[in-house]
Amino acid sequence: MSPNTKEMRILSTTAILGYGFPEESFQRGLDRDPHLIAVDAGSTDPGPYYLGSGKSFTDRAFVKRDLTFMLKAGVERKIPVVIGTAGGSGAAPHLAWCRAIIEEIAKEENLSFTMAVISADIPKEKVYAALDQGRILPLHGVHDLTRELVEQSTHVVAQMGMEPLQEALKAGVDVVLAGRTYDPAVFAALPVLRGFDPGLALHLGKILECAAIAATPGSGADCALGILEEDSFILEPLNPRRKFTCASTAAHTLYEKTDPYHLPGPGGELDLTECTFTQIDESRVRVAHTRFVPSERDMVKLEGARPAGFRTISIAGTRDPVMIAGIDGILEDVRGQVDAMRRGKASMAGEVYFHVYGKNGVMGPLEPLASQDMHSHELSIIVEAVGPTKEAADTLCSVTRSTLLHFGYEGRISTAGNLAFPFSPSDIPMGEVFEFSLYHLMDREPDMFPIEYVTVGGAK
Amino acid sequence: MKRNITEVAHVIRSKNSGPFEITFDIMFKTPEWFQFFVEKEIINTALITSLYKVTPQDILAVVHFKPASAIKFTLKRRIPSGSPGETDIYGAQQHAPLLSITFDDLQ
Repeated sequence: MSPNTKEMRILSTTAILGYGFPEESFQRGLDRDPHLIAVDAGSTDPGPYYLGSGKSFTDRAFVKRDLTFMLKAGVERKIPVVIGTAGGSGAAPHLAWCRAIIEEIAKEENLSFTMAVISADIPKEKVYAALDQGRILPLHGVHDLTRELVEQSTHVVAQMGMEPLQEALKAGVDVVLAGRTYDPAVFAALPVLRGFDPGLALHLGKILECAAIAATPGSGADCALGILEEDSFILEPLNPRRKFTCASTAAHTLYEKTDPYHLPGPGGELDLTECTFTQIDESRVRVAHTRFVPSERDMVKLEGARPAGFRTISIAGTRDPVMIAGIDGILEDVRGQVDAMRRGKASMAGEVYFHVYGKNGVMGPLEPLASQDMHSHELSIIVEAVGPTKEAADTLCSVTRSTLLHFGYEGRISTAGNLAFPFSPSDIPMGEVFEFSLYHLMDREPDMFPIEYVTVGGAK
Repeated sequence: MKRNITEVAHVIRSKNSGPFEITFDIMFKTPEWFQFFVEKEIINTALITSLYKVTPQDILAVVHFKPASAIKFTLKRRIPSGSPGETDIYGAQQHAPLLSITFDDLQ
């Protein structure tokens, strides 16, 4: 093959679909004549609520804005567009949500294209069977999985690797819309299909999934270009304000990772022990010698979240020095008084948490600064009640708030009320609460990620 | 002479590494300072357990990453991201105790 075909240019638009990107950067990326436009649309970082509830953590209007640019350019220029972890969490409702946005864009922009929609939902029966047969392992630091946890989970997804995306791309579709996906796979699937080294392609994907975050100054809302060659890859900024440097690129390799030398993923791990970073010019970096090491056991990561009740909160503040000095004891006494009143009453079941900003609201019990060493002249107190029903959470929040408001603590001078509320109503129902229930490895099975092929938009 | 870590490190941060772990990065201004901290074993188990009120078992890894002149360590989360009672869903504001690290500059 000639050197020309030995290069693949990959345009990453934004760190998470819906975070946005400057139109100029995107155009500069298109001017580089990319072979692939790809984006990672998800993360577990915003917490378990989104996977559990089936809702997206990104805004619909901005997801539509980003996708409109990508789909128009991709379809018109015949560049494949690959989207991973649709809707933020990549379960069935998230996939449907993103698919509806794509269909809306096709209609409004008069676009017509073929699309593969890849599901990442794992039927619970398969998880039970794998659990019974010992084919599920907890990840480091994670609880053991039980049948009950699976039963209670609203959605169970697995992170797909490159293979389902490659199957769809081999079929020649214009757009691939995938459920929960290993972030780098979105960028690596096509190049690996065309014979590029999986270690380099996945490492490039690992950087491109955060778009321009690995540049300096970094940004999650700007495009970046990756150029994959036979034995290395190059990172190129698409905004003159940014540069990729050895330091910024190497530093990004640490980000969100437990061990930057060994990055596990579906089917194996990236080994960076020999990896080199070389500055080509002021703004471009070449990366080489990353290896993909297949694992003995081919496993995928399961993710799931289960309901943990309902939450109601109340936000308040205090400016009283006597109350601030005695805050730990006051909150303990209020908790005791509320517990005594609700003993044995199912209608007030649940847990109360006090988030005290100005004291240890950020670090909780890990806060190293002792209470007597704090010098805040005011504190914010968020009363959080989590109960089995919305009504129980409302009741528990209400009674805790009113008890704290009028609590006659030791040495009180200000007897009209202990709290300043910024809002009426003072109590805010937050809806259902979820917690991560599955974060486990499961042996990969055939046909885990079914593909549906569709034509979007009318024929032109 | 006692010096503060912020004189020799330009990035000190924390972040989720999945919902069950928090990982901490200290990136040094020069490879020499990185080497100094590695050789003197300044970021050790005793220091981490005292700064974060955790047990040695809660420390999942301490890694020296030469390409970024960085030392990183990872802790098991007290509460998984987003579970009731949590305070920092992204884990991005748990770095502050590291800013108080001091060391003897023997150079």
